[in-house]
Amino acid sequence: MSDGYASRMPTPEAAARPWQTHTVAIRDVRREVEGVSTYDLAFLDDTVREAYRFAPGQFNMLYLPGAGEIAISVSDDPRNTEAYGHTIRVAGNVTRTLAGLGVGETLGLRGPFGTSWPLSECIGRDVVIVCGGIGLAPLRPAICTLLQDRQQFGRLNLLYGARSSDTLLFEREYDDWSRQGMDVQTTVDRSSPGWLGNVGVVTLLLDQLPSFDPHNTVLMCCGPEVMMKFTVMAALNSGLSEQQIWVSMERNMQCAVGLCGHCQLGPTFICKDGPVFRYDKIAPFIDVEGL
Amino acid sequence: MATATEMGTNERFLTEAAFARIFEVLESQGFTVVGPTIDQEAIVYDRIRSVDDLPRGWTDEQAPGQYRLQRRDDEALFGYVVGPHSWKRFLFPPQATVSKADKTETGWQFQAVEPEPAKFAFLGVRACELAAIRVQDRVFMPGPYVDPIYQQRRDNALLIAVNCTQAARTCFCTSMETGPKCTSGYDLALTEIANGFIIEAATAEGAEILSALESDDASIQQRQAGQTARQQAVDQIERRMDTTDIRDLFLSNLEHPRWDDVASRCLSCTNCTMVCPTCFCSSVEEVSDLTGDHVERQRQWDSCFNVDFSYMNGGNVRDNTRSRYRQWLTHKLASWIDQFGSSGCVGCGRCITWCPVGIDLTEEVAAIRGDAT
Repeated sequence: MSDGYASRMPTPEAAARPWQTHTVAIRDVRREVEGVSTYDLAFLDDTVREAYRFAPGQFNMLYLPGAGEIAISVSDDPRNTEAYGHTIRVAGNVTRTLAGLGVGETLGLRGPFGTSWPLSECIGRDVVIVCGGIGLAPLRPAICTLLQDRQQFGRLNLLYGARSSDTLLFEREYDDWSRQGMDVQTTVDRSSPGWLGNVGVVTLLLDQLPSFDPHNTVLMCCGPEVMMKFTVMAALNSGLSEQQIWVSMERNMQCAVGLCGHCQLGPTFICKDGPVFRYDKIAPFIDVEGL
Repeated sequence: MATATEMGTNERFLTEAAFARIFEVLESQGFTVVGPTIDQEAIVYDRIRSVDDLPRGWTDEQAPGQYRLQRRDDEALFGYVVGPHSWKRFLFPPQATVSKADKTETGWQFQAVEPEPAKFAFLGVRACELAAIRVQDRVFMPGPYVDPIYQQRRDNALLIAVNCTQAARTCFCTSMETGPKCTSGYDLALTEIANGFIIEAATAEGAEILSALESDDASIQQRQAGQTARQQAVDQIERRMDTTDIRDLFLSNLEHPRWDDVASRCLSCTNCTMVCPTCFCSSVEEVSDLTGDHVERQRQWDSCFNVDFSYMNGGNVRDNTRSRYRQWLTHKLASWIDQFGSSGCVGCGRCITWCPVGIDLTEEVAAIRGDAT
């Protein structure tokens, strides 16, 4: 088993100063789909830049003084160490303020925080990635890593559902991913003129998926909670166990280090015990309304 | 001066006059003394400078939703239990600046705020409160991330405990196995008896303070008086909470009808979380100057009873009182055990007393237990 994929833990210096934020500059902004852009953020301080590493699935706290702080998963290839892409949908006060910033402007970043995708568990196994909407963003670093170390893994499948064909995230990369050895299937909730692909929920793709061995597969899932719930049901039906399924959860993460209490789901703190969970760890709680 | 072998077992007797000198001894060693004092018709914890600031001759009458100060028929200095404050107000301050941002020519610069040096002597810490401090130690200090403010204050704090010699009707520390006798976690422990105190030191720091005070070996009669006084508190405790398998009880009863019942009474006012000595939730607010170029991040106590506490993606996960009360009680009594290895409840009864509608968590536990089988 390789441990090169493990979550990055804080240095003692960082652990003693959980509120220390570092200055990052926006190097590039790419519009992805309506309301969603990727911001490439680069540390200004050389020492901080050299020390910073993240594992796929981990998140950063992005801070816009006066507006506030938000938790955003890194959506970049972990090999890129000059600037880190964060794919963000405009949803609230902080993201709206961010949308008003341009290349060269600065903001704050704390991180990385949280758990990462179980890539070392994927070695020698088939991998199924099931995403919905912007849930593809936290899995993009995992996809990059799986494809980089392609020979270590079995069959790779990406099943991706979006609301419509014009909201398919990272669409320009699908051909590259396919060429590098990942089977990419997409589906949309609503068809539109010219769309010749699948229509329907993403779990249908999972039900029809021929090329994986349920007893030797790791499934990673990120999307709206209801989508993850039905994905897990479909995966269990096709013979996977709860221990083979990993999901990335979201709650109100404020401190990111398990001290503020906001992001609890049952006994877990999503920020430090998650956001990536093996499904059996949260199965009793994910379905309880209002927990 | 007490030797190491005498520590913790050697009960000394302090006259009240000798005890009164503890303030100058503590202050000469750089401590800010915090202890019980009367403010707004309640016994609160605040900076105190002499024995005259203590609530001499007062006691507190407590019941679900009720708190009243009453005159005692003696001049006891510690003849009450716990009020609306707890020591968390000093270790985990209700408001603190955690970081600053300044706009410069090269962009935003950020600075985590170093905790201001604070050296508190807490005078009058009850057994349940020693337990509460232990609980918060496990929240804020084991890491990997630590709370710098808590750690700085905790590391420097001197704890002078007082054994309860009476109990309120809301107390249930015996059920939580946290009191009423102080058994560990203090530097000095006092038991108030006629004309003075039984005192013992449990640490070298405590022994040093004690050595600066004029004390005598406690006589057999004085020790017995201390024992009798402490036993009186034990005997007065009438409230009980059955904690058997409580973690599994709660986590397997997340849809129990009792949650609807308690939600019909709960005002979601946050009082229970504010007075609770272990509740630790907080939020950070942006505090900007008029230019917007200088921003402080201020951490404030928050509560899982606030409607926007669980805000996410344009909505609140816990959008009703039922889910918020369930979160509070389930966290306190059950999931806390998963997270920190102990219950989050120490049996102090504050949440019962200060609930405006008198919700009693021991009754809620009994109700869920009664219907749960």
